[in-house]
Amino acid sequence: MAETTFERVKGIIVEHLDVDKEAVTLDASVKDDLGADSLDVVDLILQFEDEFGVEIADEEAEKISTVGDIVNYIENNL
Amino acid sequence: MLKEKVAVVTGGSRGIGRSIAINLAHAGADVVIFYAGNQQAAEETLQQIQETGQKGLALKVDVSDSEQVNAAFKEVVSTFGRIDILVNNAGITRDNLLIRIKEDDWDQVIDTNLKGVFLCTKAVSRPMMKQRSGRIINISSVVGLTGGVGQANYSAAKAGILGLTKSTAKELASRGITVNAVAPGFIVTDMTDVLPEEVKKEALDRIPLNRFGSAEDVAELVKFLASDAASYITGQTIQVDGGLVNS
Repeated sequence: MAETTFERVKGIIVEHLDVDKEAVTLDASVKDDLGADSLDVVDLILQFEDEFGVEIADEEAEKISTVGDIVNYIENNL
Repeated sequence: MLKEKVAVVTGGSRGIGRSIAINLAHAGADVVIFYAGNQQAAEETLQQIQETGQKGLALKVDVSDSEQVNAAFKEVVSTFGRIDILVNNAGITRDNLLIRIKEDDWDQVIDTNLKGVFLCTKAVSRPMMKQRSGRIINISSVVGLTGGVGQANYSAAKAGILGLTKSTAKELASRGITVNAVAPGFIVTDMTDVLPEEVKKEALDRIPLNRFGSAEDVAELVKFLASDAASYITGQTIQVDGGLVNS
């Protein structure tokens, strides 16, 4: 079975933020729980754009808080 | 030195910008120039870029207009696939004593000389962050450090560029992007040719190296800052002024 969106998102976050796989849950806050600063978030957004071929506008990016938000946005905009 | 790099030079049709564009092409970069309106000058510069054997492109862009700026950078990326070097050089003057500067003269200078740098920098930061590398070089002026009679608007914009340079350098450093400012002193160009003789003589008396600079003097520094050799320099303002200003 193909990797789910969540797994692909998780992989990018684990690599980029150097956090444990277990910590990356759908409810985890990218900033508060995973320790991303605002630049990390921008950087992650750019990587998701490349990985999934979606464009995430600045206004949308500002609304993203949890890993689940990212997964939902990507799945709704693929 | 700059093999396979792609550079964008704003205000690239004439003066210092033209010199920078041709110099970068000589160093091996493909060069895109943005020009405001002088198509003939832009075509001459483009021809000189192409004579070096590099690819060139000239785009008519008002750098103070975000839509035009974004469309132009989109075209650059779709044509060349990447952007490695941005030289924010476009600038205008509307010199007058503060008491006589019209609101419109103020706005035009700030819009082109400062807002234009912001818009172009914002537009390249995304592709440069993805590339994990980039060089942004902002052309300021020693007047941005010292102020100058009759140049309240111009010096304010040029000083603004220095703050913008330092902030952007901090934000983008971890992504392998360096941002520096170059502050030319008295450089012989169309912009300075129009100054009165007495102003020029008075300026010359204050320059320790006792000559005016050339556009090439500035272009050589820009070429260095654009190269891999300058990878540990960021957030700096480097003067090319013959010793005019000791800051």
